[in-house]
Amino acid sequence: MLEIKDLHVEVGGTGILKGLNLTINAGEVHAIMGPNGAGKSTLSYAIAGKEGYEITKGSVTFKGKNFLALECHERAGEGLFLGMQYPVEIPGVSNMNFLKTALNSIRRYKDLPEMAAVEFLKFIRSKASELKMDIEMLKRSVNVGFSGGEKKRNEMVQMAVLEPCFAVLDETDSGLDIDALRTVSEGINRFRSPENAALIITHYQRLLDYVVPDFVHILAEGKIVKTGDKDLALYLEEHGYGAIENDAA
Amino acid sequence: MVSTAETRKAVEDVSADYKYGFVTDIDTEKAPIGLSEEVIRFISAKKNEPEWMLKHRLKAYKMWLKMEEPDWSLLHYEKIDLSKTYFYSAPKSAADGPQSLEDVDPELLETYKKLGIPLKEQEMLAGVQNIAVDVVFDSVSVATTFKKTLNEKGIIFCSISEAIIDYPEMVQKYMGSVVPMHDNFYAALNNAVFTDGTFVYIPKGVRCPMELSTYFRINEQNTGQFERTLIIADEGSYVSYLEGCTAPQRDENQLHAAVVELVILDDAEIKYSTVQNWYPGDKDGKGGIYNFVTKRAACRGVNAKVSWTQVETGSAITWKYPSCILQGDGSVGEFYSVAITNNHQQADTGTKMIHIGKNTKSVIISKGISAGKAQNIYRGLVKVMSNAENARNFTQCDSLLIGDRCGAHTVPYIEVKNPSAQMEHEATTSKISEEQLFYCQQRGLNIEEAMGVVVNGFCKDVMIQLPMEFAVEAQKLLGISLEGSVG
Ligand SMILES: Nc1ncnc2c1ncn2[C@@H]1O[C@H](COP(=O)(O)OP(=O)(O)OP(=O)(O)O)[C@@H](O)[C@H]1O
Ligand SMILES: [Mg+2]
Repeated sequence: MLEIKDLHVEVGGTGILKGLNLTINAGEVHAIMGPNGAGKSTLSYAIAGKEGYEITKGSVTFKGKNFLALECHERAGEGLFLGMQYPVEIPGVSNMNFLKTALNSIRRYKDLPEMAAVEFLKFIRSKASELKMDIEMLKRSVNVGFSGGEKKRNEMVQMAVLEPCFAVLDETDSGLDIDALRTVSEGINRFRSPENAALIITHYQRLLDYVVPDFVHILAEGKIVKTGDKDLALYLEEHGYGAIENDAA
Repeated sequence: MVSTAETRKAVEDVSADYKYGFVTDIDTEKAPIGLSEEVIRFISAKKNEPEWMLKHRLKAYKMWLKMEEPDWSLLHYEKIDLSKTYFYSAPKSAADGPQSLEDVDPELLETYKKLGIPLKEQEMLAGVQNIAVDVVFDSVSVATTFKKTLNEKGIIFCSISEAIIDYPEMVQKYMGSVVPMHDNFYAALNNAVFTDGTFVYIPKGVRCPMELSTYFRINEQNTGQFERTLIIADEGSYVSYLEGCTAPQRDENQLHAAVVELVILDDAEIKYSTVQNWYPGDKDGKGGIYNFVTKRAACRGVNAKVSWTQVETGSAITWKYPSCILQGDGSVGEFYSVAITNNHQQADTGTKMIHIGKNTKSVIISKGISAGKAQNIYRGLVKVMSNAENARNFTQCDSLLIGDRCGAHTVPYIEVKNPSAQMEHEATTSKISEEQLFYCQQRGLNIEEAMGVVVNGFCKDVMIQLPMEFAVEAQKLLGISLEGSVG
């Protein structure tokens, strides 16, 4: 589904990713872990096509297409969803309206008819209840005044509504209470299917107890320095990144 | 159009006492170039006006001659040479203007498409000649039903030209009572040369059952560059009036100087909403409309209420301060404004709230958005006179900048002569955030839609004041107005 080869990314003239390789097939869930500032969020932005993240070398192929040639919204249309580490507030725009606009933009991209208001309302209600999100939250402005955990849960609602085939979840587990973590994990597991794939960025092995990844990668100094299965996350939890970096060296 | 024989007679009547002789050929479609007494007589005669109206025009003209064109520190533009302007041209002859859509600025057409305007209406808006109006609008029958309902309620809704002839007492009583002819350079000019506009009267205790819109009349007449509007809400009445339409309109006339007067009596309310989208000119600012408007409401009665809501996206230059004179005790004035400027557009808008009566209240919410190299100025005056016990004002001015070559300026004036007044003022300036745009784009919105969403959110407090039918279109319009301002 996603094939990243020798990816080099600069931000503001500074090289952050330096030759990253990663292949994710349909049906797989990968986890990426790594120290603060390693470039995990940078990787997610580069995949999504955020302005200011300059690809100086390498390629990103998504479902056989040269992803780097597409604009940010086109990548979303192709089925990429990025759950952000810091979801942005958009004052004055109701969550409900935002979701409807987003959904219909994506449907248009896919040459599907727009979803009418009534149908949409039903659809979003079912998605919100799956993720135990209060309908009242949908009437509020996007993320404005949401608690840290509520923002993360809102990201999951958006993902459920937009129905991507590939999700990058950047620390979606941070700031969640135990119950919310379980709800979000269930959301990810529901998303899991032979057609879909996910890349989960996390600092905590905890999430991986609920969402068992097929692969765990360690990102350090702009590269994947180690790849393993879920036991790698357990090992990390015990020994810290230092041990891995020493191994790698 | 008035028949030639009648017109000739009218001209003869007025020109009898015209000492310099009257030489203009009445059959020509245009008044002579430039402005002169002769031109004014020509206009008045063409319109078959009564003597008092001609006198009114000539008086205004004499005042205007003594006035200086204002010079605003923050607006920059090339002055229009009025001696090279035609002040009257009869309903456009087929030879003027584009003959088909192929002659129209493709960018304008692109915008029509985005707004979802049907082809026939596009032709009309772009000023394409030789299109049959009944093909353009299926609404001829709609308009007829509409007029019947209004008649039953005793509501008068007609062109100002008709009102001058059919309701002279009312026009004479109220015209110029809110905006005196000497008010400012452009108002004086308008008084001298206005060619048409709208007249509305809502009788006592009547609630107008529908939104009155000039859009319904757009097919009836070409109101031209000096539009004149007079709306009177008699005791206990209510009306919501919509001006303009969201589709960008082209006009060969570069200068637009309208005058709008609202009179609100005891317990009456007028809600006046405008979407102004005159052609702003091309990317370099060429060919855009100069829009110098004087709009004022007089809350004459006790508990009278007026609210101005405006969405200003068009014109090369906009100069406009819808104002409220809060004379009746307990009267309320509200001003909600969104002004967007892009490329080389300049907007200098704001409001004046004059508190005269006791317990008067005003609310000002202004949202200015600048992109490209545009300048956006909010200029507001809140004045509390010495007898205005317990006057209250709340002002909020927010500016949003897109890119770093544009500007926003806020110039609030507050003058308080009564110590019991309560004034609140809040102002913010912010830049549109890359993070917000990215967030929207990642959710599938293209850059223009993303801008539209963020900007509509910023303007929400104003947009919710618009009548539903207007609001949806206006929202689309905000996004479109900002195209090309990022990326
Ligand atoms: N605009 C910028 N200019 C310069 N450096 C930047 C810029 N944005 C990010 N960086 C740097 O890039 C590096 C990678 O940041 P990134 O956010 O990708 O890290 P991360 O792995 O997601 O960290 P965390 O675990 O804290 O979320 C950091 O050192 C950061 O300071
Ligand atoms: Mg990060």
